[in-house]
Amino acid sequence: MIGVALRRVGSAVPVLLLVSLITFGMMRLIPGDPAAAIAGLSATQREIEQIRADLGLDEPFLMQLLHWYGGLLQGDLGRSILMGKGVVAVTFERLPVTLGLSAYALVLTLIIGLLAGIVAALRQNTAVDQLAMMFAMIGISVPNFFLGLLMIILFSVRLGWLPTGGYIPFTEDPLGWLRSSTMPAISLAMLQAGLLARITRSTMLEVMRQDYIRTARAKGLPARQVVFKHALANALIPITTVVGIIISLLLSGAVVTEALFSIPGIGGLLTQAVLNRDYPLVQGGLLLVTAFLVLVNIGIDMLYAFLDPRVRYE
Amino acid sequence: MSLLDIRGLTTAFQTERGEITAVEDISFSLEEGEILGIVGESGSGKSVTALTVMGLLPSPPARIASGSVRFAGQELVGLSDRQMQRIRGPGIAMIFQEPMTSLNPVFRIGEQIMETIRAHERLSPRALRDRAVRMLEKVGIPSPARRMDDYPHQLSGGQRQRVMIAMALACNPRLLIADEPTTALDVTIQAQILDLLMDLRDEFGMAIMIITHNMGVVAETADRVMVMYAGRVVEQAPVETLFDAPLHPYTRGLLDCVPSLSAEKPRLVAIPGSLPEPSRRPSGCRFRPRCGLAVPACAAAIPPLDPQGPAHHVACIRATAEVPA
Amino acid sequence: MSETGALKLEAALAEPEAEPGRRHPGWATLRRLFRHRLFVTGLVLFGIIAFMAAAAPWITDANPNRLSMRNKFLPPGGDWVMGTDNFGRSLWSRVVWGARLSVIIGISVVALNAVFGTLIGAAAGYFRRLDNVLMRVNDALMAFPAILLAIGVTAMLGPSTANVILALGIVYIPRTARIVRASVIVLREMEYVQAAVAAGAGHWRILRHHILPNAMAPMIVQLSFLFAYAVLSEATLSFLGLGAVPPTPTWGNIMAEGRDFMRDAPWIIAIPGVTLMITVLGLNMLGDGLRDVLDPRLRIQQ
Repeated sequence: MIGVALRRVGSAVPVLLLVSLITFGMMRLIPGDPAAAIAGLSATQREIEQIRADLGLDEPFLMQLLHWYGGLLQGDLGRSILMGKGVVAVTFERLPVTLGLSAYALVLTLIIGLLAGIVAALRQNTAVDQLAMMFAMIGISVPNFFLGLLMIILFSVRLGWLPTGGYIPFTEDPLGWLRSSTMPAISLAMLQAGLLARITRSTMLEVMRQDYIRTARAKGLPARQVVFKHALANALIPITTVVGIIISLLLSGAVVTEALFSIPGIGGLLTQAVLNRDYPLVQGGLLLVTAFLVLVNIGIDMLYAFLDPRVRYE
Repeated sequence: MSLLDIRGLTTAFQTERGEITAVEDISFSLEEGEILGIVGESGSGKSVTALTVMGLLPSPPARIASGSVRFAGQELVGLSDRQMQRIRGPGIAMIFQEPMTSLNPVFRIGEQIMETIRAHERLSPRALRDRAVRMLEKVGIPSPARRMDDYPHQLSGGQRQRVMIAMALACNPRLLIADEPTTALDVTIQAQILDLLMDLRDEFGMAIMIITHNMGVVAETADRVMVMYAGRVVEQAPVETLFDAPLHPYTRGLLDCVPSLSAEKPRLVAIPGSLPEPSRRPSGCRFRPRCGLAVPACAAAIPPLDPQGPAHHVACIRATAEVPA
Repeated sequence: MSETGALKLEAALAEPEAEPGRRHPGWATLRRLFRHRLFVTGLVLFGIIAFMAAAAPWITDANPNRLSMRNKFLPPGGDWVMGTDNFGRSLWSRVVWGARLSVIIGISVVALNAVFGTLIGAAAGYFRRLDNVLMRVNDALMAFPAILLAIGVTAMLGPSTANVILALGIVYIPRTARIVRASVIVLREMEYVQAAVAAGAGHWRILRHHILPNAMAPMIVQLSFLFAYAVLSEATLSFLGLGAVPPTPTWGNIMAEGRDFMRDAPWIIAIPGVTLMITVLGLNMLGDGLRDVLDPRLRIQQ
């Protein structure tokens, strides 16, 4: 188990190095003078020079790179122009909001996706199966912002049951948090739930064909135990690897969902940053979110090893 | 009353091109403590027979088209899956060909044995564990108490088959179905597993239905033999009779395939041709296209299983014909 | 014969009989595709959208940006089939022209992936020495959440159709390359490829004649799903204001503009939204059908 962890952390290092290099290079995609682009059309030459100096853009390329990595080592990703604060500080302020919403959506994804997938596999080729797979197909095809808009029109505008947007922190009012987060979480979860349902179904079908399932039935175990103990314990192993992709999709989706429901999370922050040409914030936020995702994937690989004794005892 | 009594059993599979019968009109019985060997090539229907008895064929596409399966006086055809669950384990248990894949890779072997007992009996955790350890001991697993916590991948193939046997016998079944129990194992291990099965039969007194394509395994273990070909029973006899005086040309062919060290049988003949696909079975006797003794009359009708001697039944109209030199 | 053996036998029997030498094998595949219900449904759905995109100049009478302030907020039905928006622009025109843009972006992203994904994947899979470097960069690009990376890139490049295509290319090419690489690695070890190597065939020849044609099936499947992602991502980017700049109509920016009027004119959101959903649904169904028919390894899992 420790071996698995060390190997996984070891392979994450070059990925993180490259990820940071790519984010560093992104600033160079800006056509023309980045300082002028940030300053906007009405800026004076002096203002532009000031921004150029602030961002270190007047230094030679190699020095910029050194500063970037020097800053990284000290946990410094530059200052947000929009917020006037350090990028890291701003991002960490908003992180809990996004994590809360993503966790809510992840729980919904797992419940809906696993249940639909298992039921469809157990009732293969019946109407139940077809219904579940049609639902999954629509889930992976409906854009999350469209689903969010439809829910706002129905539940907020027409029925007035839920707020159209805004955010109430969990710590202030748990029930209010639930009211303000439910529509965002559902619209965020649909895509992943559909994906998970499809994968769970095919994995369960594959596992149910295995010899050990026949053994479990031959022992006279109740059908419930055959499915939920013997089959599921094995099906969860490949499904775990998909959870990394699901979390990545959740964070992607959170950008749009937060913008749509005016939720002050990382997604909303990055959209603001993009629209206001706050390039350091875009760069730093992207790097932090990706680094977080790399860590999550290490955790998932550990979980994988925990679920599969063949890997655990390697 | 026989322990297991099968009459006119036909098992069919639904396919896109219509229904095919994997097992057709077979009848046989098994007494308490008896060992019956079922022999045939892959595809002859022997495993389907076993899985039909266990109620383990997926339905659909499988379906018992006709016949009856009586176990200890109880009719099994038509039982619900829940009712069958009570029979699997304490009534009929089964071990399989692939010990490498028949154990669940993510659970400890101790747990896999204990859950079998738990499904059928109420025991304290202590007694449950003791019983499982004792079963592992009986099947010859060294230091069984420690092996309880092993995962299947930590055991060799032979040991896994021993664990399968321990699991199957944990609820003291009256009938054990062993489907090619040694095929996947090394030759030296094969003999050990067969010896173990014989010893356990003597100790536990259960009947065994041993399914194999290997005449050597039959000779070593069975009291009585049933030969199947293309879904039908072609010959049935006590083991000595069958080996001394096989009557069906197919049985004779199978016995000729067994390599022998004695000088009397210097030749090793393979049966020409191959088993017909279920959808392309010939008319009349199904062995006809591969049979050296076939005559036009063989195509007329499927030959019935007729008595030819004490407890000896053969389905062949040429059963008494001489083998051409 | 074990139970699984019995089922395999049964599956083999269920396969339609091959008709050797009667017709080109491509015909058999096509016939199976057109018998696949999901594939045909997908083809019809996407076909409708593709037709709208191709025929946009002829099936819309109006310029999608023609204003008609007297006719604003007209609900669907009547003279304006799909109603009008806050400037009285015909939603039918705007959605059709939006379809044209979506399809152009989808085709471009698919083409970029087909070329560069194949090149990178084949190089990594075939030349072991390149594999490590290329796949490390690939892993790093795939570590970013997809939409987030696309947002970052378009944010830096500035919003425009070409930049959206470029950004989606950067995001998805690594994923395509990975799939191509996986099949190339398997094919490289095949005996007939080894035989060609032994016979002294050059790398280019081996790749072109022996490896790539056989790596096509998973690639085609991937590209049809990719088309769906590209359309979906483009809509997302332009909904956030990062796609083609208004007044150029895209499904995303029509919906973004419609947000302010969703209380009284929900059709401004619903019409492009439903069209977008039909497009993605159709492409996903196409992909499922292609996967079932072209990629037998995956079919077993279904």
